[in-house]
Amino acid sequence: MEDCISTSALLTTDGVPLKQSLKKAERKNKLRAFLLVFPLLLFIIVTFVMPIGDMLFRSVDDSQINGVFPNTFNEYKKWDKEKDVLPPEEVYKALFEELAYGEKIQIGRALTRMNYSKSGWKSLIKTTSRQIKKAVKKDELPNNYKEFLISANEKWADPTFWYAMGQMVNNTTPIYYWNALDRTYDQDQNVVMQDEKRRIYIKTWIKTLKISVYVTIFCLILGFPVAHLLANLPLRYSNLLMIFVLLPFWTSLLVRTTAWIVMLQQNGVINGILVWLGILSDDGRLQLVYNETGTLIAMTQILLPFMILPLYSVMRVIPKSHMRAAQNLGAKPATAFWRVYLPQTIPGMSAGGLLVFVLAIGYFITPELVGGKDGKLIGHWIAYHLKTTLNWGLCAALGAILLGVMLIFYWLYNKIVGIDNIKLG
Amino acid sequence: MALPSYATPVQRTYYYAYLFFCAVVFFFLIAPLFAIIPISFSVSPFMVFTEGMLAWPPDPEAWSLRWYKNMIGDCSADVVSSTVPCSTKWMKGTVNSFYIGIIATVIATALGTLAALGLSRPHMPYKGLIMAILISPMIVPLIITAAGMFFFYARINLVYTFTGVILAHVALATPFVVITVTATLVGFDMNMVKAAQSLGAKPIRTFFKVIMPLILPGIISGALFAFITSFDEVVIVMFMASIDQLTIPKQMWAGIRQEISPVILCMATCLVLLSIFLLTTVELLRRRSERLRGIKSR
Repeated sequence: MEDCISTSALLTTDGVPLKQSLKKAERKNKLRAFLLVFPLLLFIIVTFVMPIGDMLFRSVDDSQINGVFPNTFNEYKKWDKEKDVLPPEEVYKALFEELAYGEKIQIGRALTRMNYSKSGWKSLIKTTSRQIKKAVKKDELPNNYKEFLISANEKWADPTFWYAMGQMVNNTTPIYYWNALDRTYDQDQNVVMQDEKRRIYIKTWIKTLKISVYVTIFCLILGFPVAHLLANLPLRYSNLLMIFVLLPFWTSLLVRTTAWIVMLQQNGVINGILVWLGILSDDGRLQLVYNETGTLIAMTQILLPFMILPLYSVMRVIPKSHMRAAQNLGAKPATAFWRVYLPQTIPGMSAGGLLVFVLAIGYFITPELVGGKDGKLIGHWIAYHLKTTLNWGLCAALGAILLGVMLIFYWLYNKIVGIDNIKLG
Repeated sequence: MALPSYATPVQRTYYYAYLFFCAVVFFFLIAPLFAIIPISFSVSPFMVFTEGMLAWPPDPEAWSLRWYKNMIGDCSADVVSSTVPCSTKWMKGTVNSFYIGIIATVIATALGTLAALGLSRPHMPYKGLIMAILISPMIVPLIITAAGMFFFYARINLVYTFTGVILAHVALATPFVVITVTATLVGFDMNMVKAAQSLGAKPIRTFFKVIMPLILPGIISGALFAFITSFDEVVIVMFMASIDQLTIPKQMWAGIRQEISPVILCMATCLVLLSIFLLTTVELLRRRSERLRGIKSR
């Protein structure tokens, strides 16, 4: 037998070993497949992944201010805080020069950044700058820069300002993340809670999570029976009823939000019907919109299809015979449902629940329009800092935290359902 | 699903309660969409059902097309109202929305279809990772995407330009194309490609003559998804577009925030009709695609 098997490797007709030739073909195929995907991959990386990366970078970036005061910060790092109460003369000199000859716009930007660390910086530097400019104009450079600055504004003798500068001397800073969690630095550079009045973000984070959990629960309660009905009706009826689920899914988000304002406002449809039925008096109309209630109702309706569709696709394949078998074996309908049917729907419930939850925590448009003052979620503050205060570092940090939370949940989703199992319509 | 004839009265009660509950949920899902349609034909400048509209017999005085005329920019005397501004903004928004939507759809469909073809090949390396990157624009909340893109596009001077908005919309829309076309390619018989090539067709000819006709329904549904994504998108437009790139959603947003007027409802009615049209088209295409691929209609 043994001499029948050739000891040399198999060769193709052109003399290349078969293994090598197959490998080459495989490589070629891989390359071909990759080349098809490559244009889109490149496009998404440039137009989407890089912007997100840029945002993450911005959330810790502190290079702008380091570009404005490079020498001051260099000298500052040499200051021995144990030995001297105030920084050495060189720091004052560098600061004087950089304020005297620096670019005005850049200094202005840096001032905004400095105020995030400690309020009072802006006015301090502004008053000092004026004195410095005057001195430079008259060509009267001081002999002792320290004395000059302290005489210009006595706050330069206040070590707390100098300690606060310590937060800025590096090219990266965690301050925006601390701010996003309602924390700040105290005089000794410890991380502490913000003043009572300025604590807004933790409250908003909790509210965002709370509303998302409520919306998920409501969607589950409303979606489960509907998905069950759709899955068990004969096809020609269920296809028809499916329109009720798919039409809202296909309709513009703004249209649905507008529709809810029309329904829920004080002289809107729901209040009108309740008054007409005599349940409410005309002046006792309910405040249903521009508050948390409005956000909850509108978001539940908008996200409900995302719960029904995964549930439906799971329920459709559960054999009807299971319930019958359980009941045949003596289970009451409720027991059969609880012990036999419900456990089989868990994949659908978790998929739908996670999808709704993850979509809800990132929602912006609907809470912004129907939420009023107390129904706004974290997205509101991201937009606010992006457009109104221009505190882009804080905006980026809030976004990064939100992104982190989302990724954790998507990782879970991927474990449970598989990300490439997402289906549409 | 019907009750068996031996059901007890308690079971009957439960069953009807369950049906009633489902009916309420269906009503909850669909009623808001249809409540706005009659109000858009109201004569009143407020978004409410007026007494005249609810009166029986119907009062023709209470109904009018004035807000539709306002929407298309007809500002004649019987149309204008002191509280509702009249301008050509809605029409400008419509033109821009279609312009941005169509260009974004064409690019997204081309890139997405190519990528889906690659992803469906058995030899695709790092499939999971690449798929995750490609569909990430659909997953990341829009407000984060908008913030990131605003910072980044500002650096390269693309904010407040059509190019910037279109690029952003293409990025948002491609995941839908990739997912839809990949789903169509599941169960695609690769032997047909081999047959075409063995008969001498070059890859490009094979694609247009063999693959494309078979997956066309999937490509069209993907394109429709892409179009509606761009057409509905408001967060990116809010940050990245100036008044020159005004779109329908942006104008609606401004309308709801500043001047709550029935004109918004006229546009909303048009959009509901558009979504009914798109939904029907996609549903018909899905059935055709399943027939073409030999999957029995469920």
